[in-house]
Amino acid sequence: MIAARLVARATQGGAFSRERGRLALAVAAIALGVALGYAIGLVNRAAIDEFAAGMAALSGDADLEVRGPRAGFDEMLYPAIARLPGVAVASPVLEVDATVEGRDAPLRVVGIDALRAAAVTPALVGNAERPLDLIAQDALFASPAAARMLGVSAGGSVTLRAGARDVRFDMRGLTPDAGGQAFAVVDVAAAQDAFGRGGTLTRIDVRIAPGADAAQVRDGIAALLPAGVVAASPADNVRTTARLSRAYRVNLNVLALVALFTGALLVFSTQALSVARRRAHFALLRTLGLTRARLMRLVLGEAALIGATGALVGLPLGYALAAIALERFGGDLGAGFFRGTAPQAHVDPAGALVFGLLGVAAAIAGSIVPAREAARAPPAPALKAGSAGAGTARLRSPWWGIALIALGALATRLPPIADLPLPGYFAIAALIGGTLLLLPRVVQASLAAAPRPRGVPAMLALAQLRNAPGQTTVGLAAIVASVALLSSMAIMVASFRDSLDAWLGVLLPADVYVRGGSDSVVLTPADQRALATLPGVQRVEFLRAQGIVLDAALPRVVMLARTLDDPARRLPLEGELAVPAEGDPPPIYVSETVRDLYGFAPGQRVTIPLAGRATPFTVAGVWRDYARQQGALVVDRGVYAALTGDRDASDAAVWLAPGATLDDFRRALREKLPDGSRYSVATTAEIRAISLRVFDRTFAVTYALEAAAVAIGLAGLTASFGALVLSRRREFGMLRHVGMTRRQIATMLTIEGVIVSGIGVATGLVLGGFISLVLIHVVNRQSFHWSMDVSVPWRGLALFAAALVALALLATRLAARTAMSEQAVLAVKDDW
Amino acid sequence: MIAVSHLSKSFAGVRARRVLNDVSFDVGRGEFVALIGESGIGKSTLLNLIAGLERPDAGRIVVDGVDMHTLDDDAATVFRRERVGFVFQSFHVLPYLSVADNVALPLALAGRRDDSRTRAMLDAVGLGDRGASLPRELSGGELQRVAIARALVHAPRLLLADEPTGNLDPESAAQVIALLRDCVKANGATALLVTHSHAAASAADRTMALTARGVQAAPAVRRA
Repeated sequence: MIAARLVARATQGGAFSRERGRLALAVAAIALGVALGYAIGLVNRAAIDEFAAGMAALSGDADLEVRGPRAGFDEMLYPAIARLPGVAVASPVLEVDATVEGRDAPLRVVGIDALRAAAVTPALVGNAERPLDLIAQDALFASPAAARMLGVSAGGSVTLRAGARDVRFDMRGLTPDAGGQAFAVVDVAAAQDAFGRGGTLTRIDVRIAPGADAAQVRDGIAALLPAGVVAASPADNVRTTARLSRAYRVNLNVLALVALFTGALLVFSTQALSVARRRAHFALLRTLGLTRARLMRLVLGEAALIGATGALVGLPLGYALAAIALERFGGDLGAGFFRGTAPQAHVDPAGALVFGLLGVAAAIAGSIVPAREAARAPPAPALKAGSAGAGTARLRSPWWGIALIALGALATRLPPIADLPLPGYFAIAALIGGTLLLLPRVVQASLAAAPRPRGVPAMLALAQLRNAPGQTTVGLAAIVASVALLSSMAIMVASFRDSLDAWLGVLLPADVYVRGGSDSVVLTPADQRALATLPGVQRVEFLRAQGIVLDAALPRVVMLARTLDDPARRLPLEGELAVPAEGDPPPIYVSETVRDLYGFAPGQRVTIPLAGRATPFTVAGVWRDYARQQGALVVDRGVYAALTGDRDASDAAVWLAPGATLDDFRRALREKLPDGSRYSVATTAEIRAISLRVFDRTFAVTYALEAAAVAIGLAGLTASFGALVLSRRREFGMLRHVGMTRRQIATMLTIEGVIVSGIGVATGLVLGGFISLVLIHVVNRQSFHWSMDVSVPWRGLALFAAALVALALLATRLAARTAMSEQAVLAVKDDW
Repeated sequence: MIAVSHLSKSFAGVRARRVLNDVSFDVGRGEFVALIGESGIGKSTLLNLIAGLERPDAGRIVVDGVDMHTLDDDAATVFRRERVGFVFQSFHVLPYLSVADNVALPLALAGRRDDSRTRAMLDAVGLGDRGASLPRELSGGELQRVAIARALVHAPRLLLADEPTGNLDPESAAQVIALLRDCVKANGATALLVTHSHAAASAADRTMALTARGVQAAPAVRRA
């Protein structure tokens, strides 16, 4: 053991004591990557667990949930199901998102039959002091989360807006805690009365009798269901909802892994330079009898130690980040998937082990190439006095890098795997890997194109870089990768934002928008007539939004009924229109999500469940929709009303007459419409601003992760440049001896720094451009089914590039100071 | 050419020590002088002080009529560039420049381009046909010849050589020393050769010994 320790010490050559700064940076980079990955994992797990727990609590003992469109289905389905053989209990439910007096956000109100619900979904049954409270028509029971949100307790009251009137409920107590979900429970008949939903239900919870054939019961229920009503297990419903956020969560995980990858590149830089510095040490040890394999194991062992230390630091940091993120941004980090939940971070030992090992693996992966080169280097040249540095090694064949890039390009043509853009992620990794392999060639080609320099400092700088493209690559790798990733994200986000802005421009042509904001507040035909004749109103168009079920395994899609006199102008269409021929079913326009998830294509005939009937339509076109990730369908409002008899509206788009002001309109709305204050009114500019603010908030976490990656990359460049400068002390000492001033040496290093960082930033930006195309056309399309137009933020990228080069220059100047020290002059005498 | 009087130098640190203590000696113009001494006695430090690369704690150094103490760092650098040539034990030939470019480096630093002078120096050291080669293609002895050519290409008044044969085999060492002497004499320069090799010292016109008590004349070493 003592011998092994001595060998290890001899191999390290004091690396850990002499390179503390660079090693600390490498540890910090790994720690940051592990922290971000673990934090994202904890947040995702907390959000999903809380959501699933809440749904499970609410589902109780239900074996099946029968659900249909948001507008509900005929309540007569309930007794039919309840009477089926094998059904132990059927519990009718009416769910309504109701506007609460004095609050913007609607409250989920669940109408139940308490006696039935007690046997199937006990979490919905309130804790009543008197049993009769459970069926009282004016009784309301709130979940603990809802009670906190509303600031009410037993004995208080809650006023809900129901159409043109207010309905007051007395709070009689709390429901059991259902995983932080916020909702209120009332009697189902009271809900039907209050919200004008007589004769409809939105859900039936079913418990199958013990010993009954579950499949047979399911088939029996399915036979009773009208079009648009499905039966699924509660677990399926949780999975369906979780699926909505899956792509977003996976993308965040990938971003966190990007930070770890950049950390691995920093370890690569550190280890490569450390190995180069110890070249002569290794040569002596190899001459004395150290085998290649053992040398490689010792160098990899150093990397493992870096990774382990980074992991130990990163895991508690990750937990802290997760706790802060959950507190500030919620379980969906601002994306809006898990509203109404308040998850807490919990230590996840399995996740900690995974990310800890990933940290170690990243450090080892970053060290493999330097370890191999250390093991393979022939000892004799390194032992020769005055021998040349490692930079004279021949360049690798470019075909590996080209092949990897080609493989990445091919991967972009592949479909998603398990609904995830895994081939797209692979393509990005391959593009980065291939570019890094080709980087020495890129450096060589860039330098070959440089004009013949004037002046000795420039001549020496260029000669040094040309002689050692491999060594230059070591410092460049981390900065190229992080610039590429940040610039690709910047282009993707800018493209998305500009596309969103343009999309809002098409969908928001009016001056003002009026909406009820919940299921309980709609614009009745009378409201619509009154609105259209308000003073100052030039024109009004109405829109009806309803959730409908096309597939039990997928969330509801939104059916939008609106004015469609000129679809090409009204909708942000993608591709050509397929106008139905005379006699064909009426046209329907599907969002890109619907096209991708359901396979609807222009010209195709489809059936859509409306008002309990399977109604034929012709798919006339595909439109871009950024608002509804579950998918949306658009039909003409007249056609919809004729088919369903539903003439209510959810929203109104109002064009004001010349000279009319928003205040005039708001005043007229309040005065002329019955209880006009229950509607929310917003201008196009306000809606646009809110939308873009939500967009920016959604990407806030992405920006933070990207900034971390760039910081690591810059640290890598700084550390490696500093190490390179230190390794050339003898050279600088000799130059001082033959008459080069400190300023000239500093100029030489500055020129090297500008060239290296310039090449790195330029290469990173070009690579980032290609990666952005993969993000836009592959990852985003396959993750979220969104298309977008490419928009490059040239100014922002130029500023970023300039800032990065300036920072690299600063690092160079700091490193140059060391090169000017007296120790450099004395270094000419050193043997090692 | 070199007048050193009462020179003292100490190095600070954990183990601070006085390296040179009241050293005085002269080297005349055109002389080829060897300075011998034990390892660690301060020979290299003495060369660095003469070259203006370090500052003494006490004493005076006048080189080619210039009091080195009056020069700041840049002025000392320019002085070295114009009037001093260096040969090191470890050659210190830049690996990323060709042989010819390495030799021409002092001229380039002085803002001069004189390819004929460079070629002449390479011929003088027997490497006339290796100008385009890279350092890694040369042997140790050849590298030291490149270093000699570089040290004399700009026709310095003074050549300082620090253990120039320390990394060479005896045959190469003898050739290099002979070459060094011939080149110095041919260029009319003065040379101070620091060495602990008596064989190398035998090429000198006279030999001095650096001891803890200062510099003393040493018995002449017979040439082989």
